[in-house]
Amino acid sequence: MIRINCPFCGERDHTEFSYGGDASIVYPELDASMEEWHDAIFMRENIRGMQSETWHHANGCRMWLVVERDTMTHEIQSVRPAHKGNAAVLSTTDTGGEQ
Amino acid sequence: MSAKRLPQGGRIDRDQRIRFTWDGSSMTGYAGDTLASALMANGETVLGRSFKYHRPRGIMSAGVEESGAIVTVGQGRRRDPNVKATMQELYPGLAASGQNAWPSVRFDLGAVNGLFGRFFSAGFYYKTFMGLPPMEWGKGTGLWMQYEKIIRRAAGMGVASREADPDVYDHVHGYCDVLVVGSGPAGLSAALTAAKAGLDVLLVEQDCELGGDYLNQADEASGKKRKDLIAKLEKAGARMMTRTTAFGLYDYGTAGLLERVTDHIASPDKHLPRHRFWTVRAKQTIVATGALERQVAFGNNDRPGVMNVAAGRSYLNRYGILPGQDIVVATNNDSAYATAAELASAGATVSLLDARATIPESMMSLVGNSGVNLHTRSAPLNVRGSHGVNGLDFAVAGQGGWSAQGSESCDLVLVSGGWSPVVHLLSHRGIRPVWNVEQACFVGPDEVNEPIYMAGSAAAVWNIEDCLTSGESAATKAIKALGGKARQKKAPAPGGWESPIEPLYEVTVSGRQLKSFVDPQHDVTTEDVRLAHREGFVSVEHLKRYTTLGMATDGGKVGNIIGLALMADAQGKEIPEVGTTTFRPPYTPVSIGALKGRNVDGHFRPLRRTPMHVWNLDHGATMTMAGLWHRPWYFARKGEGISEAYVRETETTRRTVGLCDVTSLGKIAIQGPDATEFLNRIYTNPFAKLPIGKARYGIMLRDDGIVMDDGTTWRLSETDYFMTTTTAHAGKVMVFLEELLQTRWQDLRVHVTSVSEQWAGSAVAGPKSREVLEACVEDPSVMSNDAFPFMGVIETTLKGGIPCRIARISFSGEMAFEAYVPSDYASALMDLLWAAAEPLDGCLYGLEALGAMRIEKGHVTGAELDGRVTIDDAGLGKMASPAKSFIGSAMRNRPELMREDRPRLVGIKPKDASQTFNAGSILCAEGKVSGLGEGWITAVTHSPAMGHWIGLGFISSGYEAWEGKTVIAADPVRKGNIEVEIISPHMYDPDGERMYG
Amino acid sequence: MSRYSAWAVFKNGFSGQKNWDRQWRDPEPKKEYDVVIVGAGLHGLATAYYLAKNHGIKNIAVLEKGWLGGGNAGRNTTIVRSNYMMPGNRYFYEHSLKLWEELSHELNYNVMFSQRHHVSLFHSPAARDAAARRYNTMRLTDTDGELWDLDTLKKEIPHLNYNNARFPIIGAAVQRRAGSARHDAVAWGYARGADRQGVDIIQNCEVTGVTREDGKVTALETSRGRIGAKKVGFAVAGNTSRLWQMAGLGNLPIESHKLQAFVSEPLKPLLDHVVVYGVGGAHFYISQSDKGGMVFGGDLDWYKSYAQRGNLPVVQDVAECATAIMPCLGRVRLLRHWSGVMDMSMDGSAFICKTPIDNLYLNGGWNYGGFKASPGSGWYFADLIANDRPDPVIEHFDLGRFKRGVIIDERGAGPDPKLHG
Repeated sequence: MIRINCPFCGERDHTEFSYGGDASIVYPELDASMEEWHDAIFMRENIRGMQSETWHHANGCRMWLVVERDTMTHEIQSVRPAHKGNAAVLSTTDTGGEQ
Repeated sequence: MSAKRLPQGGRIDRDQRIRFTWDGSSMTGYAGDTLASALMANGETVLGRSFKYHRPRGIMSAGVEESGAIVTVGQGRRRDPNVKATMQELYPGLAASGQNAWPSVRFDLGAVNGLFGRFFSAGFYYKTFMGLPPMEWGKGTGLWMQYEKIIRRAAGMGVASREADPDVYDHVHGYCDVLVVGSGPAGLSAALTAAKAGLDVLLVEQDCELGGDYLNQADEASGKKRKDLIAKLEKAGARMMTRTTAFGLYDYGTAGLLERVTDHIASPDKHLPRHRFWTVRAKQTIVATGALERQVAFGNNDRPGVMNVAAGRSYLNRYGILPGQDIVVATNNDSAYATAAELASAGATVSLLDARATIPESMMSLVGNSGVNLHTRSAPLNVRGSHGVNGLDFAVAGQGGWSAQGSESCDLVLVSGGWSPVVHLLSHRGIRPVWNVEQACFVGPDEVNEPIYMAGSAAAVWNIEDCLTSGESAATKAIKALGGKARQKKAPAPGGWESPIEPLYEVTVSGRQLKSFVDPQHDVTTEDVRLAHREGFVSVEHLKRYTTLGMATDGGKVGNIIGLALMADAQGKEIPEVGTTTFRPPYTPVSIGALKGRNVDGHFRPLRRTPMHVWNLDHGATMTMAGLWHRPWYFARKGEGISEAYVRETETTRRTVGLCDVTSLGKIAIQGPDATEFLNRIYTNPFAKLPIGKARYGIMLRDDGIVMDDGTTWRLSETDYFMTTTTAHAGKVMVFLEELLQTRWQDLRVHVTSVSEQWAGSAVAGPKSREVLEACVEDPSVMSNDAFPFMGVIETTLKGGIPCRIARISFSGEMAFEAYVPSDYASALMDLLWAAAEPLDGCLYGLEALGAMRIEKGHVTGAELDGRVTIDDAGLGKMASPAKSFIGSAMRNRPELMREDRPRLVGIKPKDASQTFNAGSILCAEGKVSGLGEGWITAVTHSPAMGHWIGLGFISSGYEAWEGKTVIAADPVRKGNIEVEIISPHMYDPDGERMYG
Repeated sequence: MSRYSAWAVFKNGFSGQKNWDRQWRDPEPKKEYDVVIVGAGLHGLATAYYLAKNHGIKNIAVLEKGWLGGGNAGRNTTIVRSNYMMPGNRYFYEHSLKLWEELSHELNYNVMFSQRHHVSLFHSPAARDAAARRYNTMRLTDTDGELWDLDTLKKEIPHLNYNNARFPIIGAAVQRRAGSARHDAVAWGYARGADRQGVDIIQNCEVTGVTREDGKVTALETSRGRIGAKKVGFAVAGNTSRLWQMAGLGNLPIESHKLQAFVSEPLKPLLDHVVVYGVGGAHFYISQSDKGGMVFGGDLDWYKSYAQRGNLPVVQDVAECATAIMPCLGRVRLLRHWSGVMDMSMDGSAFICKTPIDNLYLNGGWNYGGFKASPGSGWYFADLIANDRPDPVIEHFDLGRFKRGVIIDERGAGPDPKLHG
């Protein structure tokens, strides 16, 4: 069981979350070219080691999170909200989960 | 073997006699017995048959590593094959029987296999059974499959019941600071140290009693120490579980535990589960799982009456059984001496063969004082006897190896080839053990990158005093890791014997052919290992797979090290150079029932019901499965089946009015200043100018330009929208919208909330739908055609003050509305609607009629939108705005997706109107009914409006290309071929006059 | 090298099994090869075998960082079938199945392919119709396939959950020629077959670098030294992206996930068929091995991973799926579970294709369907390498299909690798 420390809810089993994908991908503007979209949708670095990835706390607060996790060991280095506004709010208040 | 129960001694309760049966014969044992000890006391020796040669097998151990006494327990629906008799506690009425034998384990005709043993070497089956012997003539798989039938019947072990398992199992989730696995001296002391430091300790023990090796000791002091430790643990508040195996270690300190709750009870309380599967998240884990005694490979070392030494001690001291009268104890290390002495003191004649040349004085006097006959530089060579032991040939060590040296009659051979610490749980974490040369065993590495600590003999610490210290030391590490204060105790180094072990894996003399077993359960012999080497299967994993060494139900606990040693010898290497196999979880087999827990039958997956469920049932609904939902399929009236019912429902709805529960549609509130912009990006069609009080049908694509979902979105205010999705994709769409807003488009000020469960809804469809709603709303004027035009949205109040939102949208092609109320009002809504609709000769309709009407109209659903279809394929290309960009707009223009000859949505009708045809048929050009075809049929229905069967499907280039041509709907798996015509998918009221009316 | 036969087994029985040859040599790597295949798994070994057999190329090496057949070859649930529907997949998998049918004879190695029927349950009329489309397509392309109604199914497999299932079973789509095989034997059989044609299988030889000169690969740096190569083929499931990046080629439409597999204690025959189903978000497949173990599996662990270790939630889920369909399995005990790394592609379909480097070829992205594909994969990959052009059958198994918009996604799950299987 991977345990993910949700910044909003605290540490929970990974089964509460669903894995999104590579968080380093920058999705292009809607009017960008097919080539740019092709690379964003289909092409992956597929890192073996520490990677930045998205998880959705689907059975919790419904927030999308950016998790730095080692894909070899499953060890998690950091968890933060994907949305910068939420991250900013968390950093100025004390409503986060237990660290 | 001529075992007998001693008049006293042991941990059995002699006041509680227990009757049980073995292969139909009634026998007695005592409370505290295992099935193995009870059978032994009853003089039973042959308890099983081996996998391949069907050799007779008896008790080989007193624990989880048992490889011989594997039996079937129970009968009928509660039949449990492959039970290790050494782990089965005795209970009144227990019915056990032999397995993998016919007619019985004592007289097994399958033993004829043994005669062919010379041919049945490792992997021989890869070399034959392909075709006709002797040269494997023939083609294909036919002959192999004939051989295979015989092989399958011969293989396998026990027979499983084919009936549903009647027992109940539970799941438990647990948490603790420190999980201690194993309750021997090391485990007890570790748990006590941690508990005294105020930590939440969970101590688990696979045995029915705490104590581990304490339970096998004869001396009073050990018994007292054990009791004392347990009492202190109780006082310190540690949680202790017996009959509980930590079967696997997983990520983040998660352990899987199997608690066997009722396997030892004759008539368990029916409220008790049979097993509990625990998922425990431990901050720290101490592995005090002990060590297993190894066998040595020598001739016929699998005969009933060959056991490990520790088992001999256990049967003597724990079960009060003298397991033999004339006993040979063979060892290469100190651990066997105490047992030899105890057996002699209990009245057996004991010879002790020690492979070593020099023995310390103290050990010599220990056995000497008990009358044990000690032979140094000696080892067992070959067991005599077929169904038991009646003698042993010896070997002595000389220059350049072993030589035969006479024989002795005996009835029991106890063997210690050294000890293997149980490092399985570490192995589950991908941590490789390292070879300790001095102790001749694998131990955990010094540094482990996880909070897991090995203690006691699991860390190759061999004496009890050191094990206590080892446990304490492990616990202090755990305490410190959790931020507590503790003085670090130095962990004792591996070892603890007076004189070193001398590695001994095989005893063989030149010129003598011996059948020496490495993995007795799978009949893997030393020759098999050498054959594997000769054939190039030199890596450990190749050896394991080619010979099946270590793949039996003991999971290689007995044979792996010997196999490695033999392979190392064959290669001229050291054991660590050959490697170690990776132990996979579970440590011991786990019932699939426990893993599934309560999630069985109707509870396998959640069942979703709409708040109108009961109302629907009360009104005659037959339900069907739609994903996880139960939805009304049809509402049969008297004498109707599904075919009559849906045709009537369709006809009635088109003639007057019908009501249909549409609550399962996904509903999402989309709110915020940028809600309009957001919708405009995710839908293909324009949403920027949707007026307040209007709904619009929209299509969403995936990023890759393929259709994801469709539905209507209602504008309730400047900043507030109500989106509906399909039932199937409700969850997926919601997640996607959240992802877009929280990751890609963080600047958009929009909030999305799933309100699927907040609103219950009904479609009201048909020429009289307005009439029905007029009768239901408090202010009928809101329903007028002017006030409420096609695609209009109102928020109003139903009679009785029920808040309601209604849109005039149509899936049926009739004038129709969808009315939603807060879920608590679901039944009230239906009561109101039905009270108005019934007098108008209206009906309730289900999914079948809904499907029929949408097919008539050419509306697409999941059957058409199969994740490969583009918006153009579905005939909805005009809904893709050329004036804006949206999700999927870049990718939908990929060349293959824009081809004119792609399959397009079409309508289908039979050439002969009296004929029916099937969804799933392949559309082929006339005269070319082969290959991948031109298209396929997605949905069919009888159309009451058209008076014949119709269908929807896809065909290359669309219906214009096929007008007037005969097309074959090929359905070889069912009906065969039907001639059909391809028509426009808009088969009913193509101009939509009824909808606007 | 001696031929395997009942006669050979008989003879060796009288000579103490002493006269069997090594099944493959343990050669030192040569300085250079005409073709170097990286990865001695099923796909790599089959490729080497067919390169030698079909195309007469003899100077071939297969490099393996561990031991041959040690990756997913020995970790899968051994199901062989060809019930694929999409253009591109349809003919490829059928060709592969045809190779399976003769494989034991072809290799003179009993791979124990048993055509015990692949029985795919369905639980709703819509699912039946979707299966009908697939199996009709098979029938029209000269492949066997049929639908069983409930009565037939009950007669064939009486102990499924017909009475209390959460999702009622209403029938099954069946491919009789499909079945299961002995996975390790396939690797060993191809290895022996390739070896006897002179292919050097070099184990414990990890590729650490790809040397390029003038836009071509000239050599591979390995843990056993530099090995020159005129042509190079990658067939390294679980390591494809890493090797690709080693060759300086950037990203691939692949994400690596882990899939667990399970085996029970050995039992006397309990299930003669391969049974699979997927409903309500569940996905499950089971068969019984010749040794008697129930071999089964389900979905991925749902997150990207290179760890060959699974976690408990999927163990639990798979156990639920097992008992949901075969309620007697509750008392059967799980003996072992393990996991393998699957290179999941973006559309659930594989790659056998040329690459941006002229003499480098790619075989990968088999999701968790690579076992059944291995003979066909080797066949067509060898053809591609030998002739430097794809056979029309594998025309769409290229990396460019995403740009062209070719849809050969059997599940229609879209570009989310974890949703394919």
